[in-house]
Order: sequence, then C-alpha cells, then structure tokens
Amino acid sequence: MKPEESATTGADLLVKALIDEEVEVVFGYPGGAVLPIYDSLFKQNRLRHILVRHEQAAVHAAEGYARSTGKVGVVLVTSGPGATNAVTGLTDALMDSIPIVCLTGQVPTHLIGNDAFQEADTTGITRPCTKHNYLVKAVGDLARTVHEAFYVARSGRPGPVVIDLPKDVLMNKHDYVAPKKPVQHKSYRPQVKPEARKVEEAIELIAGAKRPIFYAGGGIVNAGPKASKLLTQFVHMTGYPITNTLMGLGTFPASDKQFLGMLGMHGTYEANLAMYHCDVMINIGARFDDRITGKLAEFSPKSKKIHVDIDPSSINKNVRIDLPIVGDAGHVLEEMIRVWKARQPKVDHKALKAWWAEIDKWRARNCLAYKQDKETIKPQYALERLYHHIKDRDHYITTEVGQHQMWAAQFLKFEQPNRWMTSGGLGTMGYGFPAAMGVQIAHPDALVIDVAGEASIMMNIQELSTVAQYRLPVKIFILNNQYMGMVRQWQELLHGGRYSESYMESLPDFVKLAEAFGAVGLRCQDPAKLDDTIKQMIDIKQPVVVDVLVDKTENCFPMIPSGAAHYDMLLGPDDRAAKPVSEEGMVLV
Amino acid sequence: MSTPETSSHTISVLVDNEPGILARVVGLFSGRGYNIESLTVAETDARENLSRITIVTAGTPMVIEQIKAQLDRLVPVHKVRDLTVEGPHIERELALVKVKGTGDKRVEALRLADVFRAKVIDAKTDSFVFEVTGTSDKVRTFVGLMEGLGLVELGRTGIVAMSRGGDAL
Repeated sequence: MKPEESATTGADLLVKALIDEEVEVVFGYPGGAVLPIYDSLFKQNRLRHILVRHEQAAVHAAEGYARSTGKVGVVLVTSGPGATNAVTGLTDALMDSIPIVCLTGQVPTHLIGNDAFQEADTTGITRPCTKHNYLVKAVGDLARTVHEAFYVARSGRPGPVVIDLPKDVLMNKHDYVAPKKPVQHKSYRPQVKPEARKVEEAIELIAGAKRPIFYAGGGIVNAGPKASKLLTQFVHMTGYPITNTLMGLGTFPASDKQFLGMLGMHGTYEANLAMYHCDVMINIGARFDDRITGKLAEFSPKSKKIHVDIDPSSINKNVRIDLPIVGDAGHVLEEMIRVWKARQPKVDHKALKAWWAEIDKWRARNCLAYKQDKETIKPQYALERLYHHIKDRDHYITTEVGQHQMWAAQFLKFEQPNRWMTSGGLGTMGYGFPAAMGVQIAHPDALVIDVAGEASIMMNIQELSTVAQYRLPVKIFILNNQYMGMVRQWQELLHGGRYSESYMESLPDFVKLAEAFGAVGLRCQDPAKLDDTIKQMIDIKQPVVVDVLVDKTENCFPMIPSGAAHYDMLLGPDDRAAKPVSEEGMVLV
Repeated sequence: MSTPETSSHTISVLVDNEPGILARVVGLFSGRGYNIESLTVAETDARENLSRITIVTAGTPMVIEQIKAQLDRLVPVHKVRDLTVEGPHIERELALVKVKGTGDKRVEALRLADVFRAKVIDAKTDSFVFEVTGTSDKVRTFVGLMEGLGLVELGRTGIVAMSRGGDAL
C-alpha cells in the first residue's frame, strides 16, 4: 500500500496515539530498537519523558503514577534487556491490578526469531505477567493497537499491557487512526453493572446480619475516588464494622470509629477476630489472598459470604462464596445504597450492639502496643512520629517490602484513597522508591515519602540519580535495623534463630550515599532527636534520605503464623513460645 | 473438610485466530497447575477469523469453575462453554492406526476394523492404516484390540465436541 501524503512514521503515530490517550508522562530508558520513538519524543513537547536508571524502576514509577492518579501509567523500554528488566514491574502491576501500558522495542520483523542483537521473545516472556500483550507486525495496525491497549489496561480489572514494537514498524509510514469512543471490543467486555437481583439479595443478607463485617480491598481504589465515598456512606448507613486489606487502605477513613484497621497476617486482633466470628461478610473488591485468609479450612467458618468483584475469576477461587456479585465496586455500592434507602431495612440493633461490645473487648487488647525506651528508636515509634508530622499536610506514602511495610500499614493512617502505594501481591523489594518518583511527578507539590528498609532501598538505589535530575523532592525514610527484618523475624520464629544471610553486611553510609547523588542525607539514632530530624526532612525541598537507626531485633506483631487460623494470632514476643508453628505452616511462605 | 470429587469436563472455547492464542490458553493451564487431558484447535470461521478450541480437563467443581473464569478472562476469548454441564453433547475423536502383519492377524485386524466401522485409508501387502472415528472410549477399545494384532503407530486428534440440538456456541 502506498502511504498518503499525510502519512507519518510509526514512531510519530505512536506519539500521536499516546497524546490522544491523554498521556502526559512516559517513564523510560532508550536503546537501539526504540531510537525512532525517542527521536519522535525529541521533536514534540506534549509528552514528558522521565529518564529512569533501570527499566524495573520505570514500571514501578508508572505504577506509583497510576495508583496516585487513577490514570494509566506509561512505560517505554528497549528490546531484549530493556524488556526483561521490566518483567518484575509488570508482574507487580498484574498482581496489584495497576493499569500500565508498556511499550517495548523489538528487532525488525525480518530478524525476529534470528537471535538478533538485543532480541528477546518479549510477547512470550510477558504473556503470563500481563493482562494482555501485542506484537505489532504492520504499521497500519499500530495506532489501533495502542488505543485498544489503553482500553484493556484501564477497563475491567486493570492491569499491565505490553505492546512490542519492531523497529521497522516504527520507521514505516501510515495514516493515523484516531481512537473510537465508546470502545467496543469484539471479545473483551468486562461486566461493570451488577445484576439487580443479586444486589437485592445482598441487601437482605446484610440487613439481617447479627455479626456483620465489611472487608474492602484495592478494587475500591480502582473503581475511583467516588467508590470510596460510596463505601464510607454505605458503611455509615449500616453502622457495621469495616476492615481494609493492605491494598484497600484509605478507601475508608482510618480515623473513623467503625474502622477496625487492616486485617490479615499482620492485621489487627480485632479485625481478624471479627472476620473469624462474623455471620455475614461483605467483601468488596478484595480477593481472599492467602495473607488475608490464613488457614483456609478455618477461615470465617460461620459466615455467609458476599463477594463483589469485577473479575469473575476472583470469585470462588479460594473461598466458597454464598452470594457472588460481578461488577465494578462503585456501581455495586451505588446500587446497594439505593436499595437500602428504598427498603429502609430494620437492622437488629440489639445484636449489633452486642457485636460491637465484643469487638471493643478485642480492641482493648491494644494489639499494636510497643514499648519505646530512651535508648533506641522503635520502628513503630518512628512511624508514629512521622505520621504526627505529616498528617496535616498533603502527603502520599509508598513503601518497600518487609517489616517496615507492615508497620507503615499499621501505624500510618489513611483517610483517602490513592494516597498509599505498596507492593501487595508480588511483594517486590525495590518498589517504593521508584513508585514515589512516579507519585511526585504526578503531584509535584505534595509531600511524597517512601517508607523503606535498608535492604529494600538498595534494590533500586540507582534512582537517586533520577530524582536528582528532575529535582523530585522525594523523601526516603529508612527504618534501618541492619537486617532484612522480615527474613530475620521468620528465621527467629521458624528456624531456631539461625540468621542465615539476613544480616546486611557492608551497608553503605546512607548519608554520604545521598550526598554523592546530590540529595540530602540525614541520620537519627536518638529517640529524643527524632522529631527534629523528621521536621528537617519535611522542610528540605530536595530529595532527602533519612537513615533512622532503629531497634535491630524488633518483630512485627500481631502475626498470624503461616498455616494458622485467625484466632491463633501471636500478639507479642511473649506469646510465641506457647504457639509453635505447625509443620504444615513451615511449608507455606 | 472432605475432598470434593474430581470429574472430567469438556470445554469449548471460541477465540480469535491470532498468533499466540494457543500459547495463552496452554500457558494458563500450565501456569495454574490445571491438567489437559485432550486439546484440539483449528480455525472454524475464516471470515470472522475465529478458532475453536476443545479442551478436556479434570478437576474439582471449584477448579473447573476457576478454569472457565480464567479462560473467559483472556482478551481474545469470545465464548467459553462447559459442554459437560450444559446439557447433552456429543464427542468425537479420530485416530489413524497403523497395523503391520500378515496372515491370520492381518485378516483379524481387517475384520475388527469392519466391526468398528474403521476405514482402510492405506494398504500395503503387510500393513494397513485405519481411520477410526468415535468416542474416545471406542477409539481406545479399537486401539487396544489392535495392540495384539501388530499395532506400530498411532495418531489421535483429541476430542471435538458439540452440544446436541439447535443451539450454537
């Protein structure tokens, strides 16, 4: 086919398609196969490109951007190693349902399969770690594919989508195809609106509950900020208790008295016991992850379970559901509120009062208690003080993975959605810092803090160079216990205290490290000076690395040991001798 | 908790006939630890560019439900039907069976082929290739009989299946 006069190169078409998809920022790293795209980027000023220092960080940055804005995060990497380096980020986005479009370069079509330089079977490698992927073989398909990719990434249960772009496709010419609205895909049509009958059944079940609990997850975040408002409204209408998953924190205000805190392996005593003893469970946008359920056979054995999820494959996967509702959390909540208002159901207030009394008894155990002394900073204390100083500011929190992540989930309070970015499903060390960069790009004036451990932060420490280049005032708040804390904790609890390879030898001097990259480094070891250090960190309008030296052997409690049931929590160090971990549990992660 | 019974299900999947679709389906099964007892795939609608995949798999009811939901979630998948639970259906399989031998065994093979309505599609003085069509059970039985009569090579298509009656996938 002879291209028209107006025809443009594939690379220019791509940039045009991205602009039409309302993309503002691309996180990427150049290389041979994507040079035509970088040339197109150079010639325009609508798209901003953020140069990361490793492709994994590009994806995490895009995740942070996406999760804090509700938009699709866009990544651009080259062929071969560029694509393989992005795989961890893509898997992370898949597990946590984050909308990402990742553009990967590819060798020219005639070289595919030839073991060419920097060739990798990118669609083959990324098939199991994306929601969908494409190899564009002709420039005529390019624009349409990009539009479809954005639709797939953001609709239904969001996820990462890869578009593999051979270099010749980027250089050939074709006319542009604008996106069609509304999108009608021939086979992919996620169910957004729930069946009315199911919602009515649910309301009946909810209204008749004597020991109810709401259990809300990341699906509410993905359904948009309105869904969180609707959730809050509905929970208030019922007067029922609610718990959030790690991914769902912020969808219900943490300061509300109906909030029981996070549930699961390191969730609160009251949340987990309420899950165990409830008679009606209303799961909205959560997926009964193994960190939540603990021992499946003893998971909430007495309850009728309602499960609202946009992904039918999440329903009845681990836990038998009595009333499944497929649909978008926002739509379902809207319907639930409408039906509830119309019916004005009579809630059993007496039973509810008794249920709250029981919950308050569990709450009184004060399961997050710790003892701060004058000598060493307890990590929990560091986070409590951090929260004290940031709570009245416009702030966003990201984390790495490990003990510090769980403490952050326990001790920082989230009042709104989209403020908390953490790697939940995949548990990717090295996630938090690049994610914080992505958040800061989207919210330049906000206070963005990566709560980190000294081990995790080393996994993407090279990004200090990126924050220096773009003057991103990201704060890295390291709880430095000189151990891979969670590994150490498991070794203490499960492996007789044999701390195999979990001690961080030869840690860098984080203050000097920060300075070497042009950031500011602070250190604090004295509990009495902690407040000043945090205030200083907040006041410095530059990237700051804060090295907080905390108690080396503090463990993260409460804890449901692997393989144990919700009622079998370890509440503190004194508890564990009485409850050895079962052999079954030893096998589990 | 009692372990629920495992049962075999025949699932029809209508997909876009595009590169990688089979890898997506097979990868889903291997990645999630489901087993495939039989798999057939071919284009069935050239105009609409559709292929039909027929999968026989086994699992507990919960696992079967998961398999169907996971298949349905793939972007290029149009329809997923569990023929085993959605009313009566028919299943057929085709096998090519090569038998080598002379004398009585050869005569007996030919006689049994007739009983099973298998067609001779290739013949030499010391060999036959039979084409046998039917349920997997029938094919298995025929192949079993041929084992004693000089079976040297076997090719099976795997199962294709369809619901009875006028309703289409």
